[in-house]
Amino acid sequence: MTIWNPMRECMARPQLERLQLTSLRSTLERAYRSVTCYQNKFWEAGVAPEDLRELGDLAHFPFTTKEDLRLNYPYGMFAVPLREVVRIHSSSGTTGKPTVVGYTHNDLNTWTELVSRMMSAAGVTADDIVHIAFGYGLFTGAFGLHYGAERIGASVIPMSSGNTEKQVMIMQDYQSSALVCTPSYALTLADYLQKKGISADTLKLRVGLFGAEPWSEEMRREVEARLGIIAIDNYGLSEVMGPGVAGECQHKCGMHIFEDHFIPEIINPETGKVLPAGAAGELVLTTLTKEAFPMIRYRTRDITRLHYEPCVCGRTMVRMEKTMGRSDDMLIIKGVNVFPTQIEEILFQVEGCEPHYQLIVDRKEHMDTLEVQVEVNETIFFDEMKRQREFVSMVEKHIATAVGVRAKVKLVEPSSIPRSEGKAKRVIDRRRI
Amino acid sequence: MKVDQISIFIENKSGRLAEVTRVIGEAGVNIRALSLADTSDFGILRLIVDKADLARDVLKDKGFTVNKTQVVGVEVPDRPLGLSRILQVLDESRINVEYMYAFVERCGENAVIIFRFDNLEEAIEALTANGINVLPGERISGM
Amino acid sequence: MLWNDEFETLPREAIESLQLKRLRQTLERVNATVPFYRESFRKSGVAPDQLKSLKDLERFPFTLKQDMRDNYPYGLFAAPLEQIVRIHASSGTTGKPTVVGYTRRDIEIWAEVMARSFAAAGAQKSDVIHNAYGYGLFTGGLGAHYGAEKLGASVIPMSGGNTRKQIMIMEDFGSTVLTCTPSYSLFLAETVRELGKDIRNFKLKTGIFGAEPWSEQMRDQIEAALNIKAIDIYGLSEILGPGVAIECVEAQNGLHIWEDHFYPEIIDPQTGDVLADGEKGELVITTLTKEGIPLIRYRTRDITRLIAEPCLCGRTHKRIERLSGRSDDMLIIRGVNVFPSQIESVLINIEEIEPHYLLIVDREENLDTLEVQVEVNERAFSDEIKVLQTLSNRIRGEIKDLLGITCKVRLVEPKTIARSEGKAKRVIDNRPKA
Repeated sequence: MTIWNPMRECMARPQLERLQLTSLRSTLERAYRSVTCYQNKFWEAGVAPEDLRELGDLAHFPFTTKEDLRLNYPYGMFAVPLREVVRIHSSSGTTGKPTVVGYTHNDLNTWTELVSRMMSAAGVTADDIVHIAFGYGLFTGAFGLHYGAERIGASVIPMSSGNTEKQVMIMQDYQSSALVCTPSYALTLADYLQKKGISADTLKLRVGLFGAEPWSEEMRREVEARLGIIAIDNYGLSEVMGPGVAGECQHKCGMHIFEDHFIPEIINPETGKVLPAGAAGELVLTTLTKEAFPMIRYRTRDITRLHYEPCVCGRTMVRMEKTMGRSDDMLIIKGVNVFPTQIEEILFQVEGCEPHYQLIVDRKEHMDTLEVQVEVNETIFFDEMKRQREFVSMVEKHIATAVGVRAKVKLVEPSSIPRSEGKAKRVIDRRRI
Repeated sequence: MKVDQISIFIENKSGRLAEVTRVIGEAGVNIRALSLADTSDFGILRLIVDKADLARDVLKDKGFTVNKTQVVGVEVPDRPLGLSRILQVLDESRINVEYMYAFVERCGENAVIIFRFDNLEEAIEALTANGINVLPGERISGM
Repeated sequence: MLWNDEFETLPREAIESLQLKRLRQTLERVNATVPFYRESFRKSGVAPDQLKSLKDLERFPFTLKQDMRDNYPYGLFAAPLEQIVRIHASSGTTGKPTVVGYTRRDIEIWAEVMARSFAAAGAQKSDVIHNAYGYGLFTGGLGAHYGAEKLGASVIPMSGGNTRKQIMIMEDFGSTVLTCTPSYSLFLAETVRELGKDIRNFKLKTGIFGAEPWSEQMRDQIEAALNIKAIDIYGLSEILGPGVAIECVEAQNGLHIWEDHFYPEIIDPQTGDVLADGEKGELVITTLTKEGIPLIRYRTRDITRLIAEPCLCGRTHKRIERLSGRSDDMLIIRGVNVFPSQIESVLINIEEIEPHYLLIVDREENLDTLEVQVEVNERAFSDEIKVLQTLSNRIRGEIKDLLGITCKVRLVEPKTIARSEGKAKRVIDNRPKA
């Protein structure tokens, strides 16, 4: 199987580490020089870029969190002037305002290179017709895969999301051979084919690259069996770049993190201490080449484990296991990151007081569902049914606008949401992944 | 001329309606009229009772969400087209009926219907001007 | 600002000799690789080597939308699939969409002509381009995206929908250039007002609008409501997508068609005869550099005229006038080509009538008749019959001046002409079908 950039992907570790150290130094210097937030943080932590003598010294530097991005909304974390920024993306923030990320021309070039590596590792070639069913827009998923597939020389069908019937028609007529979407949408497609009596054998699909939400080995087996394809996992997050931070090779034994561009650390989410290789903990990523938006020790909140043993594929890059959870309360619903605080803020706005609510997440026929239960009080209770229903649909609309996920709002009686120690449990996730 | 109505939010699950009636019954409150509007998730129970404030207080104590609204009780001749004429008067006066429901008791020969209007004052004026009997609030809750 | 100084200001002779060279290559390419063209050339008795001058193109057959449908999905591709790096589709009004494929070079040229277009509209590297065209199979979103990226501006890939979020992003991120359909820009403006925001606090300065026809009046409305300069852009997915032609910000008078990549002709939609520059007819485009899906004499059905006179901006490429309709809508009344939009342009300037009208065409004693029904508004209400008569005489006179045909004008009460969702039915043709 083709390795897109063997020089880099199969680099011996001592060499790789030398490269990392050089890149890390210049990243720290650039971030320190051009981003006030980093200047302040380094100063508070009593560190300076020149304190980095070896890679291990990175542990002395402060973490960067989603909260830092929120405080510096929209452009405060950019390390280059806006005229050097050629792309802006955003992702869910913890409140109503999204998280903003920017890319220079070189950043886009790197991103494209890394996605090309990842797609090659999955077996995609210039002969493939790549069907991208991620939503195009501010979300990084679609664009990341789009540019990578284009560089490989594959034919890209920019489907965007939704309209399963049309997706299948295009897939049949245009002979799509590689599918890009969330793993749960792959199963939705499989359901649709089954319902319409279309055999997966009549499609040209042979490989799927799935990401943007956690999925299990069991789900992989189901997708592979029902669509008759190889299903490959990949990892990324917009704060660090987007998809292409890590991807599985065809041996499916963990996702290779492209270490010439990112340094991964695993920490204890409680203490912030760096854990030894092989231990499970929170993944922390530092970018090594990003110009517009360098991230120093960004806390991804994803729980995983790193494996440094060499892989049979020949790549020397470290492998991360499938993520096994979060160290915060973020939910991933239909591939969209959702923070309970976003919904809390909306409810606060419409109610004018602290809401009692609970999010019930479930998966029905492979589709995530979100129900927001809200305890009624006098300010949001009307004796007219019409107004009561208008209220419900108004809240649903606000959530769809701000969070990007359709939720069903259900009004419940006061005190009916169970509380522990006075606080209601905010999230009940009934999905079995 | 207006009557106090209490409305209660209830979830659409078994036992809730019984709980409301139990709570106010034990407080010695009598129900005069009721209407229930419901969706698959929840319902709005509207009650005319003899002691509206007491009913509201005891329900709130039990954690229910309760609102007090003012409605109008109108005497309706118990014969064909009796209600139709009243609605015609309202329509001609361009008054919107938000909702309405029938009263349990009768007032002599006539039936009683509870109305909720977007503009109570105008509605009462239009009805009385057309010779339709709007029942005083005390009379209704005391029936 | 010029993006590509050399090509945008190429002298006429140089453009034409480049066109001739590229046209020959294109004809040869399709003849060699696309069975459909080989067959249609053979049927018309023409061959690529017969093209000695640009004028010789007239002898080659047209390509129709139906031809694309008949060759669904990949039949018109002139490059093998492994060289195709992008596939788009245009929404077919009925059935299967029309498929178009792009090679890597096609994508590069598309980005180039879009970057030229952005620059012509006054956009530059320091701009924040808010792209609210829909991304996906539709060419609008990705076409504008690649061009803006090539220009070096900051691109916000908004895609369509979620208007409140669009406005939040526009305000917070300091968007300076907006790309979307003209009607969506008005909806955005309306929502900005509803949210109680002041457009003057936004950084928007330019809007580049296309994908649907819009009038000068709508331009005035948009420019006032959004406090921007509104630029018209033209393109169609069959030919490329957005970026075939655009107005320059200097003149805002006609859209420069990038003649080094597209060869335009204006034809009489009835006879197919090529018309001289300046005459109004249907735009026919031949692609000069496309590899994935070159099109020979593609009938766009769009009605316009070619303006050959030099433009004050310095670009030497011909301009097409803003579209005045679709040839599908054209009526022939007593031998005269009439577009509903021409009559609309008369009516829109008369204050006493509403912008709703209906054209009724009939035939009496072998003679075509045209009745124009228009709704009067309260400004025209008058007890004096004379006032109304003067009004209908005036309308009749103006239509006669413009089209050279006499019509009957019937004034009707407001709201009596049927409204329909979306496209209004403007014409009833009661003539017996030939």
